[in-house]
Amino acid sequence: MAQAQQTLVSPAMIESKGVWSREHVSPPVSRSDIRKWAIAVYWPQTPPRLFWDEEYARTTRWGGIIAPQDFNPFAWPIKADTALAPLIPSGSGKGKRGMNGGQTDTYFAPMRPGDVISSRTRLRDWNERETRLGLTLFMYTETEWWNQDHQLVKRHIQNFIRY
Amino acid sequence: MAVNVYFEDINVGDRIPAWSRKTDFMNWNRYAAVNDEFIYIHMDDEAGRAAANPQGAFGMGNLRFAYILNALRDWLGDETEIRELFCEFRAINQKNDVLTVIGTVTGKSVEEGENRVYLDVDVVNQTGAKTCPGKAIVVLPRRG
Repeated sequence: MAQAQQTLVSPAMIESKGVWSREHVSPPVSRSDIRKWAIAVYWPQTPPRLFWDEEYARTTRWGGIIAPQDFNPFAWPIKADTALAPLIPSGSGKGKRGMNGGQTDTYFAPMRPGDVISSRTRLRDWNERETRLGLTLFMYTETEWWNQDHQLVKRHIQNFIRY
Repeated sequence: MAVNVYFEDINVGDRIPAWSRKTDFMNWNRYAAVNDEFIYIHMDDEAGRAAANPQGAFGMGNLRFAYILNALRDWLGDETEIRELFCEFRAINQKNDVLTVIGTVTGKSVEEGENRVYLDVDVVNQTGAKTCPGKAIVVLPRRG
């Protein structure tokens, strides 16, 4: 009889726990990037003017256009960020199936046109337990974004579920 | 109006205005385009079924996360800040689902110089299923 798998925690996970990836730097954020993002996430409603009308945005406390908090300046990379790839195997075998369990985003300085955002990621923690899917691993990664003025923009905690 | 809600006016138990979207490829494809999120399960019914969703392709969790932020922003106005949002992706967003963001105030306090309001939030579908339960913290201005 085959023995049940004891753990889904890999040596690569143990080795990389808490170790920040190298930094990635976004292309400069453009007004057009922000406008398109806002249209997409509000579709079919017209998005708030704060995201596309500079004249209006200047009258707000922000002093100009800002991006929605969920805006991703790292979309459309020339080369994809593969920092987490060794930790998230894909396929159909035990422990290779996965899903997005959820996330916590904490927001600080807003993103604005012209900003250049830097990012780093690390495997923060994990736990595993028996669920209806069998042995299941809950991995938590942490990503920080900051702008060209070294202001923290966002902290993102992602829960990857593997089973 | 730049400010819709002030800290003094908020009470525990208050509900935010419901924010709804009927979702299909018109929403998902636009989101895929801006977020470079071209994944077959979100684009192709056959791929969705192969991933154990008999109804076919399904929507992105990140887009539901954006919908919660939109609902909070529309409720609060432009002068406020969303400080934190957490949610779990519990159920799939099927094609033609009518998703509605709901939220209830669970607390308010002044911390680190900020007027913080705490909420339970969720994205429910047309059957009332909770697809995305979570929590949010927003920062509101005071009157005057």
